[in-house]
Amino acid sequence: MSDFPTKTRCVVIGAGIVGNCLVGHLSDMGWDDIVLLDKGPLPNPGGSTGHASNFIFPCDHSKEIVDLTLDSQRQYEELGLQNTCGGIEVARTEERMEEFKRRMTSAKCWGIPSTLLTPAEVKELVPFISEDVILGGFYTPSVSAVDSLETGTQMRKRAQEAGHLQVFANTEVTDIETTNGKNKPKVSAVVTDRGRIECDTVVVACGVWSPRIAEMAGATIPLTPAVHQMADVGPFDVLVETQQELAYPIVRDMDTFCYERQTAGSMEVGSYAHRPILHRVEEIPSNDEAALSPTEMPFTADDFDQQMEEAIELMEFLGDGEIKYAINGLLSLTPDANPVLGPTVEVEDLWSAAAVWIKEGPGVGRLVAEWMTHGYPHLTDPHGADIARFYPQQRNVHHIEARCEEHFNKTYGIVHPREQWDSRRDVTTGPVKARTDALGAFYFEAGGWERPHWYQSNQDLVQNYGIQEREHEWDGRWWSPISDAEHLHLRDHAGIVDLSAFQIFEISGPGSLEYIEHMVVNKCDVKVGASIYTPVLNPSGGFRSDLTILRLGLERFRIITGAFDGGRDEYWFRHNMPGDGTVQFENRTNAVCTLGVWGPNAVDLLSALTESQLDQDAFPYGSCQEILLAGIPTEMFRVSYVGDSGFEIYTAMQHGLALWDAIAEAGQAFHLRPVGAAVYGTSGRIEKGYRLMGAELENEYTPVEAGLARPKVKAADFIGKADYLAARDDSPCAQLCVLSMNDLACEAGYNRFPMGSGNEPILSPTGERIVDAKGRVSRVTTAGNAPSVGKYLLMSYLPVELCAPGTELQVMYQNELYPVTVEATGPNLALFDPQNDRMKN
Amino acid sequence: MRVLVCVKRVPAPGSRINITPDGLNVDTSHLGFTTSPHEECAVEEATQIVEQHGGSVTVLTVGPPEAEEQLRYAASVGGNDFVLVVNDTGEDWDPQRTSTAIVEAIIDLENDAGEYDLILFGNESADAGGYQIGIKVAVALGRPAVNGIKGIDISGNTLTARREVDSGYEVYTLQAPAVLGVKEGINLPRYPTMKGRLASKKAQIDRRDSSTPPGPQQKVRLHQPEETVTETQVLGNGADAAAAVVDLLADLGVL
Amino acid sequence: MPGLYVFIEHDQGSFSPASREALTAARKLGERLQEPVVATHIGKANPEFKALCEEYGVLEGVILEDPKLLDYGPELWGQAIADLLALRNPRVVLSIGTDRGNEVLAQASARTGIPFVANCVDVSYGQGWNLTRLQWGGSLLEDSAVDSPTIFLTYAHHSVDDVPTPAPTEAVIDAVELDLDPILSRTMIQDRVTLTEGTTLSTAAVVVSGGRGVGSSEGFACLEELAELLSGKVGCSRAVTNNGWRSHADQVGQTGTRIAPEIYIACGISGAIQHWVGAMASKNILAINTDPEANMVTKAGYAVIGDLHEVIPAVISEIRQRRGMGS
Repeated sequence: MSDFPTKTRCVVIGAGIVGNCLVGHLSDMGWDDIVLLDKGPLPNPGGSTGHASNFIFPCDHSKEIVDLTLDSQRQYEELGLQNTCGGIEVARTEERMEEFKRRMTSAKCWGIPSTLLTPAEVKELVPFISEDVILGGFYTPSVSAVDSLETGTQMRKRAQEAGHLQVFANTEVTDIETTNGKNKPKVSAVVTDRGRIECDTVVVACGVWSPRIAEMAGATIPLTPAVHQMADVGPFDVLVETQQELAYPIVRDMDTFCYERQTAGSMEVGSYAHRPILHRVEEIPSNDEAALSPTEMPFTADDFDQQMEEAIELMEFLGDGEIKYAINGLLSLTPDANPVLGPTVEVEDLWSAAAVWIKEGPGVGRLVAEWMTHGYPHLTDPHGADIARFYPQQRNVHHIEARCEEHFNKTYGIVHPREQWDSRRDVTTGPVKARTDALGAFYFEAGGWERPHWYQSNQDLVQNYGIQEREHEWDGRWWSPISDAEHLHLRDHAGIVDLSAFQIFEISGPGSLEYIEHMVVNKCDVKVGASIYTPVLNPSGGFRSDLTILRLGLERFRIITGAFDGGRDEYWFRHNMPGDGTVQFENRTNAVCTLGVWGPNAVDLLSALTESQLDQDAFPYGSCQEILLAGIPTEMFRVSYVGDSGFEIYTAMQHGLALWDAIAEAGQAFHLRPVGAAVYGTSGRIEKGYRLMGAELENEYTPVEAGLARPKVKAADFIGKADYLAARDDSPCAQLCVLSMNDLACEAGYNRFPMGSGNEPILSPTGERIVDAKGRVSRVTTAGNAPSVGKYLLMSYLPVELCAPGTELQVMYQNELYPVTVEATGPNLALFDPQNDRMKN
Repeated sequence: MRVLVCVKRVPAPGSRINITPDGLNVDTSHLGFTTSPHEECAVEEATQIVEQHGGSVTVLTVGPPEAEEQLRYAASVGGNDFVLVVNDTGEDWDPQRTSTAIVEAIIDLENDAGEYDLILFGNESADAGGYQIGIKVAVALGRPAVNGIKGIDISGNTLTARREVDSGYEVYTLQAPAVLGVKEGINLPRYPTMKGRLASKKAQIDRRDSSTPPGPQQKVRLHQPEETVTETQVLGNGADAAAAVVDLLADLGVL
Repeated sequence: MPGLYVFIEHDQGSFSPASREALTAARKLGERLQEPVVATHIGKANPEFKALCEEYGVLEGVILEDPKLLDYGPELWGQAIADLLALRNPRVVLSIGTDRGNEVLAQASARTGIPFVANCVDVSYGQGWNLTRLQWGGSLLEDSAVDSPTIFLTYAHHSVDDVPTPAPTEAVIDAVELDLDPILSRTMIQDRVTLTEGTTLSTAAVVVSGGRGVGSSEGFACLEELAELLSGKVGCSRAVTNNGWRSHADQVGQTGTRIAPEIYIACGISGAIQHWVGAMASKNILAINTDPEANMVTKAGYAVIGDLHEVIPAVISEIRQRRGMGS
């Protein structure tokens, strides 16, 4: 046993699949002084890895998750610890069969070979299945089962053998000490029951215990331990006689939220169908107190009875198997079901690598190691897993438990891309909520805020404009024809948009210009009152964010970013502050209310409320001025994300309601209608070809490829500049394009409407996947109707040779192909008013 | 053969058993519950006897309302009738009160449906380990009783019971009706099947109250035994340690 | 007059080691309670009884005789103690918590209504009886109060060291003729079957025990070989019997055999508490385990870190070499 160290570079806490894989990758990337701790024994310290079912269904609808899963499968395979047995998801309902079409689409997009099976074909692969209870199957031959404990052991050994790692099991962390960092507390030491280790970096890879460990340093890791029940049943002759660990494909009985996985002579039956059973971290027993392991909690049989009945329906022989082992296994759930990865927002050099399934473990190990080594990972853009995505009101147990209760039973559920949460609503509302409620607003949640998506009060416009309902329920779910009507009304008259959810930061102080120049691509040394729309890059030159900056004073800037991006952006801006007091950062989101007014009548309407001149000459596009509107102090910013002239208007939160009322009253003479975010975020935007962070814009692509590179590069240095310059010098291998659908009719004869949720591939005329020279697949990043153009539009990156307008391609939606044509590429992707005459009239 | 098995609901602890702050009970907040191991074997033995010789198995427990879980478990592995004598006092009853309550219930049950040919107990419960309930019940009913049984053969009314001792076993021959206290190892109890578990949900449970007065023994508190901290002397790693091991054996005089 | 009656366990006249623990315990308790100790022998007169009493400083003995007491029978013996209660009105009857000790006193308790408390480790009398006794096989202790002038109790097996204290004077042995109900013979031993001659698991000086880490029933071959070389016995953990690798008779632990050898060699046993309570009376423990943090290792006085399948054969070969047996 080596002596316990007193100093190291990096302490990784938790020797489950994530911690072990992380130390292996850190070692590979040159970290040569790492200590791995776990309070339990090795190789199974008693966390969720130890009781995992260890199987991997690679197909998911999320690119980020699939990237992590496929990388993990490659790593398991390289270690020789993967058993590729195939897997079948079976459907008992028509709705599930529809979902399988969506899964086929995702599988095509990610290049995962999969097929749809008839019940008879399922039975050929799984002879003991009761084919009469199923309608079909979704078969993926690359489904595998892995040895996660041995993988962890080998990854750990790799780092130990390189001389980079010391491992201490049975070592309990009792505190994480911090010292004053640049802008916030910084980790300085890990205290354990064996001694104290000074260190520069700490990673919390503690699975269900992560919140408690992070809290020792003053950080939050928003997850909750939750129960997943499983039982080992057997033995069965039909399985014993195979003399194999896994002779048959793993079956997921999707509509009962259960799975059946052979383990030699027995079958493991697991469920996500039981009531959500959440535990608090402090309720988890210690290794000593637990009858089995801390995360193998006592089985509550009553919760599993229905699943047993359903399992017997599917595989009759299961009824006669003995239940030899049954547990309430604990796993980690997060409020949005994604992992929580990356640097914590509260404490410098304290990292989270938590809420990770076995199928993502090795990939997450690599990704977090890259992130720690290079400042941002290459493996995939983890913005959906970035721990900084959560706002303060989403980091507490009320939110975590409410959301986890809600989504636990959706683990195998059919989740619509636009699906909205039921729980924890109306927690964050803007000042005009009473008015938008009265107008029958249908709210979507945007970064926790309630944001009107369309208004029932505009129902009359649907008839006026003759907008059709969508025939397929799936296409019409979480959508309303009112949105298209609102769009056309705005184009004809004027619309007011509640933008309270905008994230607003203010930067001030003598160092602010230098600081902000360092943060963003475009030049910020503009005259006071001017605006800058700019990409923000990662150190490696990929997109981190895009946002708008207003220069409000010589040493004062306002940053406006999207409701979904505020957490990550705030982390990034705060993280990079100089720390010498020359720059102050203030999050003013909760102090500033934003309303948008656009349309041909917008300027006249607003002029009626002020003495100030609002015409283009007095108030040019892109500028910002302090204006008294109906006697209310505001800052008006002439800009448009929807393609018509108008303003974003900022006022103090307490004036928001009065401002809304004043505009609404004046608006009566100008046919003003409230317009929802569906117009603002999708139909208005796509007609103008505007890009959206998290859709078109992500770390994998550069501003050059997105068509957002300016003709010149500023002299000042900025994060990602070297790679940005290199990208400008290279001719890009892909470009962002707008495509239109030639024909929306599906095989059944009615129109279908792709969602643009990221999993719909653009295919060649012969139906092949399109992959650019850097291995990136062409897929729909945004889809939406363009009512003023009369087309249904898609956005996608395409290899440059396919970017020419007029190029004929196909898109896959719900496993059917539709012809599409490239409409535009390059900087200007607008199909509506491409010269911007309307915005600048 | 009509067989009655008496079982007790006990926590299923890990390697450290925590005590509630009042010192009176095991802290079961992290724990599941089970049937004492000897009694699990008693249920299995009864089930096998009935499978072989016909008859029925009645399972009886004195315990809190939650002890229904243990009766249902018994139902999932073979029992036919189930009796719960409810102890809703929130604390374990002492041996006298427990055995009196069982005797009352048995007299009642036998009045209704006839004598039990065999009553099985576990040798002792996993938690309290009083070593006397079965014997007290037997004496009260005037029936023969032997404890420590790891084998039962039945021929007509004659029960041949084997009791394990160090060197082998002792043989006892009893005439039914009789009482036996069995030990783990008499059989390997089966696990419930999924069908068995589902069927057990439908089992009827005969709930009874008992007005037995408290007995003379009162639990004052539970506590952890004093932990002897052992300084472990590591003799070596792997095969290289062989010489040191043999030295130790020689020192202890066992070589 | 009252007194503290200690019931001496024997099998067909041969005293069990537990009877010596009982005498030691009785003498100590007698001192504490200021009660004379009377050794009690059930069955026909045994010439060694008097010597045994004197060896442990007990000056008075009583033999409970009845022609029906041909062999051990729980009901006969229990009734004999019940009769003793009527004859002598003892304040305490105690024994050791072996199978027979607990069984006889439970029978006597059932027949007399005197409370019986099993497996005590400490006994005193204040406002009634204050007892500390084992729960969970010894994983926990229970303080218990018993409201009764008279009590039957057993001390936990192996909890009392066998300490002879020669008596200053000769012991006086009385004999009492009982008249036991013949029906009680129905539970007398009918037959004995001997499976092992000589040393047994509970009396062996060396126990070589295997756990889950042994891997299979075949894996026990080297443990068997080592045990044989050391004239010891092979034991195992509950995981092993549950896997069907060995008979339950070999199981050491709360629900198996309690042992107290000179040395317990625990191979590949993690040391769950239920196992530990069966082995903790061992005088020395050597744990062989790949995990230096296993409970068994941290609780053992001696440890070898390594795979038992490498360590045991090396130990066997070392022993053979030293004995000039070659390997």
